[in-house]
Amino acid sequence: MKQIQLPLTEEQCTGLRAGDRVELTGTLYTARDAAHKRMAETLESGGELPVDVAGQVIYYVGPTPARPGQAIGSAGPTTSSRMDAYTPRLLEKGLRGMIGKGKRSETVKEAIVKHRAVYFAAVGGAAALIAKAIRSAEVVAYEDLGTEAIHRLVVERFPVIVVNDAEGNDLYEQGETQFRLG
Amino acid sequence: MREVTCEQITEAVKQLCMDANYELGADVVTAFRKAAQTEESAVGKEVIGQLIANAEIAAAERVPMCQDTGMGIFFVELGQDCRITGGRLYDAINEGIRQGYGEGYLRASVVQDPLVRQNTGDNTPGVIHVELVEGDRCTLHMAAKGFGSENMSRLKMLKPSDGIEGAKDFIIETVKMAGPNACPPMVIGVGLGGTFEKSAYLAKKSLLRPLGQRHARADVAELEEELIQEINALGIGPQGMGGRTTALDVHIEVFATHIAGLPVAVNINCHASRHKTAVL
Repeated sequence: MKQIQLPLTEEQCTGLRAGDRVELTGTLYTARDAAHKRMAETLESGGELPVDVAGQVIYYVGPTPARPGQAIGSAGPTTSSRMDAYTPRLLEKGLRGMIGKGKRSETVKEAIVKHRAVYFAAVGGAAALIAKAIRSAEVVAYEDLGTEAIHRLVVERFPVIVVNDAEGNDLYEQGETQFRLG
Repeated sequence: MREVTCEQITEAVKQLCMDANYELGADVVTAFRKAAQTEESAVGKEVIGQLIANAEIAAAERVPMCQDTGMGIFFVELGQDCRITGGRLYDAINEGIRQGYGEGYLRASVVQDPLVRQNTGDNTPGVIHVELVEGDRCTLHMAAKGFGSENMSRLKMLKPSDGIEGAKDFIIETVKMAGPNACPPMVIGVGLGGTFEKSAYLAKKSLLRPLGQRHARADVAELEEELIQEINALGIGPQGMGGRTTALDVHIEVFATHIAGLPVAVNINCHASRHKTAVL
């Protein structure tokens, strides 16, 4: 298990390989469908993003409401492919990593290689367990989007697995090929 | 005629919504434990281990096991000799969803219109199916259906000449396409026969069957077994990262169909196979 301190540097990204199990500690941002759509529209119209994504990691999540005393509710990853249309633009802006679940498009995988970034998967449906690694959560933009607002999270030993690395490897392809019978 | 009040229904629905999201069924946990023993992939084993730990935390702390607490799907079996009093059945169920999702700190994941997409804020409305049955009871089956897996479901109107092989090919192709997106290990619900909508209904309803329980008809049970084997040979594995555990189970339901048709619907469920039942 590799330990990584966020924000993620290009050197750290270069050292990661598909299949590596990693624990992340530090600060990251959340964004899913509606926040991505709004960020894309902002960039389209020549505006500035509400948070500087350069060197940052975005987690695709829409948590459940926190109970009193909880930092956050249950907070597992959502399906990443719905963000594919917006991702290359964010990688151009310096986004270093993404956490979600499921396959990325060829265009996104190429952009990950080009910009020396990384795509991690967290375990889909392990939302109560993952919430234990989240120390604090605060809304930093698009508050009106509720669960889809951009939150800044402070995480400690957040468990993820490298799926797409900066060399173009893909764990989903490698894993399936390795274990396919016949 | 026996009476059941809307108040009783609302209270039962509220409880079902919370319990379904906090407490994974014993059948699913048992399937996880079995998979933890048999899975050959190291990453796959790690994933299964996280899922077991996650289910334990959710049940002990009464928090949702997944942040996608789903759309509320209801299969109501209403006895012919049972009368609903004090309001409309559909309103009583939606009020139960409103209370359960609100008081249970569950996520509001429903938009009021597929095009306008404004969140209703209380996870209503649910999708409610009512079947009239014999007797004087009102049975409520509730499923909290996540959309990571729902989005990977498919339906096809096959030709009768496509036969069992055609149906199997379509089911397996659907699972392959779903891959990591559907949060494997999955439960695969299949509806064979009927009409376009009937096959989808059967596929969804089959997901309520306990894991490990085979269809009563020997030939259908055999088809389920074959599909489990073939799907687990695909190599997709837990979370699609490679391994032997892709399907926790395959459930098939069949119905009479037209001489010209062979509808097949495949409804994929993620490993968080959440459903609970109340009998009033």
